[in-house]
Amino acid sequence: MHALWRLAAVGAAAICGIVSAAGIEDGEKRSGFDFMTPETQALQADEMSNPGMLWVLQGEQLWQQAEGRADVACAGCHDDASQTMRGVAARYPAFDAATGRPIDLAGRINSCRAERQQAEPLAPESDALLALTAYVAHQSRGMPITPGTDARLAPFRDNGRRLFQSRIGQLQLSCASCHDDNWGKRLGGSVIPQAHPTGYPLYRLEWQTVGSLQRRLRNCMIGVRAEPFAFGAPELVDLELHLTERASGLLVETPAVRP
Amino acid sequence: MARALVNVPKTARQGEVVEIKAMIAHPMETGYRIGPNGSNIPRDIIRRFACTYNGEEVFSADLHPAVSANPFIAFTLVATTSGTIDFTWTDDAGKIQTASAMITVN
Repeated sequence: MHALWRLAAVGAAAICGIVSAAGIEDGEKRSGFDFMTPETQALQADEMSNPGMLWVLQGEQLWQQAEGRADVACAGCHDDASQTMRGVAARYPAFDAATGRPIDLAGRINSCRAERQQAEPLAPESDALLALTAYVAHQSRGMPITPGTDARLAPFRDNGRRLFQSRIGQLQLSCASCHDDNWGKRLGGSVIPQAHPTGYPLYRLEWQTVGSLQRRLRNCMIGVRAEPFAFGAPELVDLELHLTERASGLLVETPAVRP
Repeated sequence: MARALVNVPKTARQGEVVEIKAMIAHPMETGYRIGPNGSNIPRDIIRRFACTYNGEEVFSADLHPAVSANPFIAFTLVATTSGTIDFTWTDDAGKIQTASAMITVN
């Protein structure tokens, strides 16, 4: 099926004599899952062998645990995550009225900690933050990504698109150079996926741990020899916002497994 | 908090071969990597995994530095009697993490 699609895409490009610069057509949109080997797909599909489930399990425990000076657990306000958090990850990043900016899921968890629990924020990429994010996102598994419709998100989304298409670093590559124009081809030994953030936080075999979308974005920036944005930087959230719009309609897979 | 996932079938027929899966969160730090300050990151691995069936050891494994982080071990057992299956992971510092599951044989 994969080969057929590729053949069709190559055929279409040859006939029209152009390479799609405007992004990926809806019919061609595919999750990174489809580019993996059957063995890695099986690892993700089976909840008993998916290592990301260890973080989901930890997140479930943390959800119940009272924290901070307010001595209240996430469950104290939000109750049963399987009810209240269902579909939340599918529509994040959302607009945060307090800061007047979009905020991603991990950012929301930390702002909730600061405001409601009156606790110290969790460090980026800490096990606790990844676990809580993975647990919340896991509640949306199987739901289609539906980007936030708040009109106030538009300028940030446009900035994200601009960043996605801007060439950066010593290699002078943009995200789009690989993931829009050359997906399905190979970079070294690996297939270039379409870069849809369907399963974050996800377990990367290369990392031997769970990591966030921001970690992945920073990795790519280092890969093209650019100075990466810091964790939590507004530019990264804008990029996340553009990526979720680009991936709209694909299903949430958290916790995904990637090679 | 121990983070371990074990999968044991809830029920089995007498004499049936059942698959057991066990996974634990652990960095499995090899001791060969160098940290940002230039000195070795100390070794921290799980040395031994053991599974007991009603108190009797039925499976064990010695783990070495080449085993990946969050080791996942799957093996088979012959279901003989109903009871508990206990899992223990022992790390370099001698710290033991445990998990257990029940199986009903009929």
